[in-house]
Order: sequence, then structure tokens, then C-alpha cells
Amino acid sequence: MTQMLFTLAEHYNYVITIFLMMAGLYIVIARGNLVKKLVGLSIFQTSVYLLYIEPGKILGGTAPIIDPAFTVYSNPLPHVLILTAIVVGVATLALGLALAVRINESYGTIEEDELLEVDRET
Amino acid sequence: MTAVWPHLPALQVVIPLIGALVAGLLRRGGVAFVLATAVSWTMPLIAGALLWQVLQTGPISYHLGGWQPPWGIEYRIDVLNGFVLVLVSVIGAVIMPYARLSLAFEIDERNQAWTYCMYLLCLTGLLGITVTGDAFNAFVFLEISSLSTYVLIALGRDRRALLSAFQYLIMGTIGATFYVIGIGLLYLVTGTLNMADLAGRLGPAWPEHSRAIVAGATFIVVGLGLKLALFPLHFWLPGAYAYAPSWVTAFLSATATKVAIYLLVRFLFSIFGVAFDTSGLPIAAMILGLSVAAMVIASFIAVFETDLKRMLAYSSVAQIGYITLGIGLANEAGLTGGLVHVVNHALLKATLFLAAGAFFYRAHTVQLQDLSGIGRRMPLTAAAFTIAGFGLVGTPGTVGFISKWYLVIGALDHSWWFVVVFIVVSSVIALVYVGRVLEIVWLRAPSSQCAEAGDPPASMLLPILALAAATIYFGLETEWTARVVETATDMLLGRLR
Repeated sequence: MTQMLFTLAEHYNYVITIFLMMAGLYIVIARGNLVKKLVGLSIFQTSVYLLYIEPGKILGGTAPIIDPAFTVYSNPLPHVLILTAIVVGVATLALGLALAVRINESYGTIEEDELLEVDRET
Repeated sequence: MTAVWPHLPALQVVIPLIGALVAGLLRRGGVAFVLATAVSWTMPLIAGALLWQVLQTGPISYHLGGWQPPWGIEYRIDVLNGFVLVLVSVIGAVIMPYARLSLAFEIDERNQAWTYCMYLLCLTGLLGITVTGDAFNAFVFLEISSLSTYVLIALGRDRRALLSAFQYLIMGTIGATFYVIGIGLLYLVTGTLNMADLAGRLGPAWPEHSRAIVAGATFIVVGLGLKLALFPLHFWLPGAYAYAPSWVTAFLSATATKVAIYLLVRFLFSIFGVAFDTSGLPIAAMILGLSVAAMVIASFIAVFETDLKRMLAYSSVAQIGYITLGIGLANEAGLTGGLVHVVNHALLKATLFLAAGAFFYRAHTVQLQDLSGIGRRMPLTAAAFTIAGFGLVGTPGTVGFISKWYLVIGALDHSWWFVVVFIVVSSVIALVYVGRVLEIVWLRAPSSQCAEAGDPPASMLLPILALAAATIYFGLETEWTARVVETATDMLLGRLR
């Protein structure tokens, strides 16, 4: 038991990442409001940024600049990858919000159950 | 020409990307259409040249920016993705003439240039996923194609198109994020994103990191499963296909899911093939079970749909089940059947959705009850629909028969009789839903909506007839598709042996 707690504490960064991942996914599934769904989706995506960036940092490592004084460098590639993923996330969020606005204009609501009800009536 | 030759893999992606930017700047739909047509008709030439080169001299490796793989991004083309490139670009080129009138009818004038812009972006993404040899690069292209797809779907006339696009955005983003999580886990274990390099390093990394690799593989399979509408992850598909503009539906049904299937095949056979030889993870068995469920359940739902496009959409879920069945069988004949069905289903569904779009263009409806007797008013369109409908059922002489034949042989090689039974059951259900439409279209007296209808203008009719003719041609003359696909299958399974 203490061994397990110790392992968890040692990998606290992964614990936080997985918590955010699950929380985000839960919000997407459990919330009926379209904007709240998008908030959940954003949290879900952001947790993946953490998943990539954390392992890139090496304790005691410097920025990846070649210098005879240093031998341990952090990996810069995950940062570059996640820069791309952030752009994708922003674009997705923007498009999702734009769709939510259009849905609100044509249906008069952004609550999922009300939307389905309106569709069922017509 | 000789200066351009080595850069064809990059041009395959760069030309539609630049085309999309220019189309976005053009304000007039007509001009954007000419541009989109020019780009779409260039793509098959490049794809054909690439596939020909691959068949002659073996895989092509293109280093973007001159960076050596595995550090730089590599575009790697072998028989499998060369073949998918040809499929996607030829479908895009053939259905392009149809777009002008159909979109002019279904979309506001001010949005038309944007529609072509989004189509070209989507094409960029789809060709990019296919051409790239870098797992993260594939994610970026996946999102390029997905984001433009959401916009294309939202352009539908019905307001339910907005809701469908939103649902697809949520599901699609979850799928893509699962894929990135999977790639991230594999990257943590191997330190590489290059697909070929990844394949080589997973084997040695397996004993120590098997848990991370299994988790990564699971995330990737589920994420791609969402994208390719593997049952029961298909809930976004019927709404999206039903309410998107007709031409967009035809394009997406023939290309978007097929490219996701390609990526799944690439991961399962080229990348995981080595590491999974000994793992005992039942991915193939799970895919097999879900495929059988899709073939039967989705076909069954299609029988009760009253909207023609929705019915065809559920039929798509069932037909994707045939393709993934081939993947799940994972033997020579099974995989050949699955991959041949990628082409065959693309041809069949493009024909069917284009014909449905033509019905909508003339009769302004796709509700089955209102389409009664339309075959007498639009005989050529309805004839093409009938041919492709028989293809869905798998009648001998059409392409559908070829794929089912291979799948049955693949199942018998395993001695899995129950799979054969399910293939037959699913075909019988397909006969029911296709037959129901054919009865309405041909045998009933024309309804009031159809009274004024007639076959659509040549620019819309010719793509439909060309595709319908192709479904017959490839049903009788299997030399061409089967030879390429069998080469691809040998390559994929060669890694497993």
C-alpha cells in the first residue's frame, strides 16, 4: 500500500494528467450544454499537451543548446509537437463555438435535450 | 518535368493546399469551381505516376526539407498508400463536374467559394494522411481534413446539419485526441515518430514496456475506430451523411472513412505487426466481432429508415463492417477482400449518394415515400442507382461480389463458418433494403413531386453513369484491382510472418 502511494507520489505529474483527461472526457459526455461540452473537450485536449511535455523535461537538463559545459539536455521535440496540437485545439474550439452560435440562432437553445426535442417535433 | 518528378510526393499535398488558399480568396463560386476542378484533375495524374513508380521500382521515400528520417518528416509511398492515393484522387476528380450545379442548388451563392476552399483543404488532409510516413504528421493532416469536413457538413440546407456537424466535431475530436494519446505513449517508449522506425523499435522495446505499448495501441485503434465509424462508434455518421450537401456526402463516404481505414491497416500490420506477434492482445478478434455486429445490426436499421440518404448512411456503417472484417480475419484472402472492398464500396457509395443527390436536385426530396415512381421520370439516374444497389447486395457481375467472395474464402481459411453465415445474412438484409427502394422507385406510380422531374444535366449525369459503369467493369475485370491489392497484402502480411 505505502509502496503504491509512493509510486503515485513519484509520478504525480501523470496522476494530474490522467485526472484532467478523465475530467474533460466526463464533462463532454455528461453535460448537455453545448458550450460546456466544448469546455470539457478543451480540458481533455489540454491534458494531452501535458502528457507530451512532462517527459520532455529531464531533471538537471538544460535547454538544447550545444555547449561543452553541459551534457544533459531536455528534449525540445515534444514542445514543437504540442505547439502544433495547440493550434489544432484552438481551431477546433473556435469552430465548435461558431457552430454553437449558429445552432443557437436557428434553434433558440444550446441544451442538447431541448434540441433533440425540437427536432422530434418537426 | 524531370525537375518536378522527384517532388511528386510533396506536390500531391502542396497543390491542393495552395488551391485551398486561393479558393478562399476568390469571392465567386464559378471561378473557385474552375480552380477546384483543375486541382482535382491534376491529383490523379500525380497519384497515378507515384503508384506506377512504386510498382516499377519499389517504395518511394521523400525527405521533407532534406532532413533525414527518422529526424525529419518522411513521405513514404508503397503499394498500399499509392493505391489509396489513386482511389481518393480519382474519386475527387470524377465527381467534381457534379459539384457545380448540385452545390449551386443547395448552398447560398456567397458560401460557394468557401465550399470549394473547404473541399480542397479536406482533399489536402486526406491525401496528406495517406502520403505521410510520420505518425504525428498524420495527426495534423487528420485534423486538417476533419475540421474542413465539419464545415462542409454544416453547410447543409437543413438546420439539423448544424447539430450533426457539432456532434461529429465532438466525436471526431475525441477520436483524434485518442490517436494523439496513443502516439504519445509509443513516442515515450521508442523516442521516434517515423512509422518505419517505430515498427523497428517496438519489437525490442516490447518485453520491458509491453503495458505502455498495449495502452498506446488501444488508444490508436479506438481513436481511428471513431474516425472510420467502426460499430458501435458510428453515431456521428448517419446524421452527418444525411444532412450534408449531397455532393459532400458522396465525396466523404467514398474517401474520408477509407483513409481512416488505411491508417488503421498501416498501424495494425506495418507498425504493430512485429510487436503483436507474441502479445496475445485480441485486437483482431475484437475488430472481427464488431464488424460482424455492424454488418448485421446497421443493415437491419437501414431497412427501417424512411430517408434515402440516412438509409444509405446506415448501409455505409454495415459496408465498413465488411472492410474491417477483412482486417480482423488478417489472412491473405480476408485482407485482400477488405482492401478490395475499400475501392468497391467507394465506387458504390459515390454512385448511390450522387444518384440520391440527383433525385434531390430534380424532385427536391429524398424521403422514400415522395420518391415513388421517380425511375420512370429519371430512368438513367435510377438505372445507375439500381446497378450500384445490386453491388451493395453483392450480386455476381458487380464489384460487391468480388469483395464478398474473398471475404468468404478468408473466413473459410480459418474454418469460421459462422462468419460466412453472417456475410450471407447481411447480404440478405441488404437485398431487403435495396429492394424496398427499387420497388418504390420503379414500380409505383409517379408521385406529385416527381411529376416534373427528368434526368439531370450531363455534368451531373455523366459522373453517376461513369461510376456505375466502373462498378460493373471492376466486377468483371478483377485483374487490375486484385493484382495491386494482393501485392499490398503480401507486403503487409510479410511483416507478420
